[in-house]
Order: sequence, then structure tokens, then C-alpha cells
Amino acid sequence: MITTEFKVNPEFEAQLAAAGGADVKLCFQCGTCTAGCPSGRRTSYRVRKLMRMAQLDMKEAILDSDELWECSTCYTCVERCPRQVPIVDIVVALRNIAVAEGHIRANHKKTATSFYKTGHTVPINDKIKAERKAMGLPEVPPTVLANKDAMDQLDKILDATGFNKIVE
Amino acid sequence: MAKYAFFLGCIAPLRYPGVEKSTRVVCEKLGIELVDIQDANCCPAPGVIKAFSKATWLAAAARNLALAEKMGLPIVTICNGCYGSLFEAAHELNNNKEELAEVNKVLKEIGMEYKGTTQVFHFAEVLYKEVGVEKIKAAISNPLSYKVATFYGCHFLKPSSIKNLDDPEEPHILDDLVEATGAQSMPRKQKMLCCGAGGGLKAAFGDVAKEFTKTNLENITASGAEYIIDVCPFCHLQFDTVQGDLGYSIPVLHLSQLYGIAMGMSEADLGLSTHVVPVKL
Repeated sequence: MITTEFKVNPEFEAQLAAAGGADVKLCFQCGTCTAGCPSGRRTSYRVRKLMRMAQLDMKEAILDSDELWECSTCYTCVERCPRQVPIVDIVVALRNIAVAEGHIRANHKKTATSFYKTGHTVPINDKIKAERKAMGLPEVPPTVLANKDAMDQLDKILDATGFNKIVE
Repeated sequence: MAKYAFFLGCIAPLRYPGVEKSTRVVCEKLGIELVDIQDANCCPAPGVIKAFSKATWLAAAARNLALAEKMGLPIVTICNGCYGSLFEAAHELNNNKEELAEVNKVLKEIGMEYKGTTQVFHFAEVLYKEVGVEKIKAAISNPLSYKVATFYGCHFLKPSSIKNLDDPEEPHILDDLVEATGAQSMPRKQKMLCCGAGGGLKAAFGDVAKEFTKTNLENITASGAEYIIDVCPFCHLQFDTVQGDLGYSIPVLHLSQLYGIAMGMSEADLGLSTHVVPVKL
């Protein structure tokens, strides 16, 4: 008989609850989520399995997995769940724990760093400035990009909530 | 006259400025006054920033909500991501005093406070519910005969338990809105299939995201649609930038641009030159 060994972490239940994933215990494993999941049709991500692993406190296996990052947060599962499990909130909670413990992809770190440095997730450049000007818009949109004091304010919020530990 | 605090977001002003411009022109023609929210930051993006740190996401969203609150205006967004983030942050903070108090501890450090009163609306929602299809029809100066695919995206209608805008599986709002221009919305399979870009999937696994887009393009092609009409600059970006690799070239327009065309805006002001897939009118 082949068995799979897995490590459980009994403290994980409280950790997941604190991150906003307490309702994972409502899941009764019907699989409606997996059946409708567009990512599951294209990858090895299985929503039901992830929920079960979370219920079983399989912290390490979850945090190490690619599957945790294969949800596009389309909410199809949430709309169809007969137990009204807030699945996307649970995925977000699991991702928050993963990132806090150092599991973040290079491209995600890049996006986080852009937000940290500019207040936006998309860069501004000379080409876009010229295009904006040509259509009668201000070269730089009237956001934190146009006001250093406002950007400093945002930085304080990001530092106060620990975002500085995530970025490059 | 209806008046809103205009939340720009990131992709519209910094990648597809024609979407921003078209929104401004179309709203003016329809009697909606847009007042820019000065100094706003990224919503922040629900798929990435919220997934990395919910505490950061909520505090930075609260800063945006507080800026609009100070203006005394409800927010309108032109992006499903911004709508998702700001609507959900407002839903949490406006209904949960403990969470609001926690966030205000952070905002206090920059001399701000959010009282929990800002309401958040999507551009298409405002057009449908506040302006109404009949008034839009009356404003059309250049009726269109396009066959189009409507692309709702995910975070406009879902989660429907808190948004309550339309049926999340078989909606009609956007179809009614595009047909007000004379265009025909073509029925197709899997209409509510995600574009693939959300949830950080595009950044983490771009090839998987592209597989979502490919199925959508196959279904759109089979429907006979000649244009893709979206209400989200991120869906817009995904469709516009990956079609070439997949061998498709279906022009992509944000609803504001479709209305801009139907209301006689110039090609330059629609910002079509910034699109990757050429848009022939």
C-alpha cells in the first residue's frame, strides 16, 4: 500500500482564522467548487483539495505549492458553493500567511515593489506622458504620482502595516 | 446632475489613457459630473496586494475612501479590480466598527480618518441604473452596427451576495448597455469565463492565464463577434496584449470607448493608437 506522509501543524487552525480563513471548517467537501473552477480545468489546482488540506492543518504542503497561486479569484466557486464558504477569502488568507513566511514569487515581488515605490502597480514613462498630453489629459495623472507629500503619506501606511518587509 | 469622485486606478491612466479620456467625455455628454480624487493611490489591486497583505490592502484602500469622503462624494471606478477592492473595503469598514477603528489607528499616523460613509460604484452600474438605457440611446449621434462580445469580467458582479447588481451567471446589464448604441451582443458559450489575468495569475503563471484567454477567444470567434467590449482595463490589457501570440486580432474596446465612438469622439481622443490589436472603426 502506498501512503503519503504529510506533516500537520495544529497551530495552523488559529493562524488561518486570524488571517481571515476561519470559515474553511464549513466546507463539507462536495466538490462543486472544483467542478466549476476554470483554473482547475487547466492546471493541477483543485479547490476542494486545498480546502481539505487547510482543514487538516497541512500548512507546509499548502505554502510550498504552486496551486495556491493558480486561483484567478474569479469567484465562480464562491457563487456556487452550497455552504457559502468564502473560498476566495480563504485563498487570500492562505496567501497572506505564505507571503509573511517568505513564499513570494519574483514577479509578485516586482508588482509589490512598484506599488511601494510609486503608489501604482503600473509604471509611468515618457511615452504614456506624451500620449496623455496629446489627448488633453494632464501628463501625470492627479494621483500620488503628482504629489510627493501624498506619496510620503502612503509610504507611512505601507511601513506601518509591514509592507516594507515584502518588497525588494 | 449626478456627481461622483472619479477614481482612476492604474491601468487606465497609465496604459490605456483613451479609456480615461472616453470616460470623461461620455460622462459629460450624459450629465454626470466627475471630480478627480486628488492624491489617490492604487486601489490597491485585489489579486496581488490584497493577497500579499490584507492589512496593507485595507489601510491603503481606506486612504482612498477617506479622500472621497472628504469630498462628500460617492466613488465611481472604471475598472473591475478597483471596484472589487474599494467596494469590498468599504463594505468591510462601513459595517464593522472594530475593523474601522483598527484601520483608523494606521490612518491617524498621516493625520487622516475614515468615518465609514463612502459608497463605491462601477461606471457601468452608474450608466445602467442612474442614467438609464433610454437616456443613453438619446445621446447616440453615431449609431453602430457592430457585432460584439460583451465581457463582464469577474469582479464587476461577483461576489453577488454583496454586490447585487445582476445575475452572476447569466447577466444582461452590459448587453443592454452595448445594444443602446445599435450594436448587437452576440450570444456565446462560457460568457462568464474569467479572462485569466486576475488573482496574480498573469504575473505568476502567464501561460495559464493565456489558456483562459484562448478559450474565450475561441468562443468569441465562434459567436461571430467582431469586437470585444469590456468594463475592466485589466481584462482589456489581457485581451489586447496576448491575442497576437494566440493568432487572433479581435479589437478590444472598453465600454467608455464604445460609447465615445457612438457619441462621435475623435479617433485620437479614444486613444486607439495605444492598443496592440489595431482597432478599425
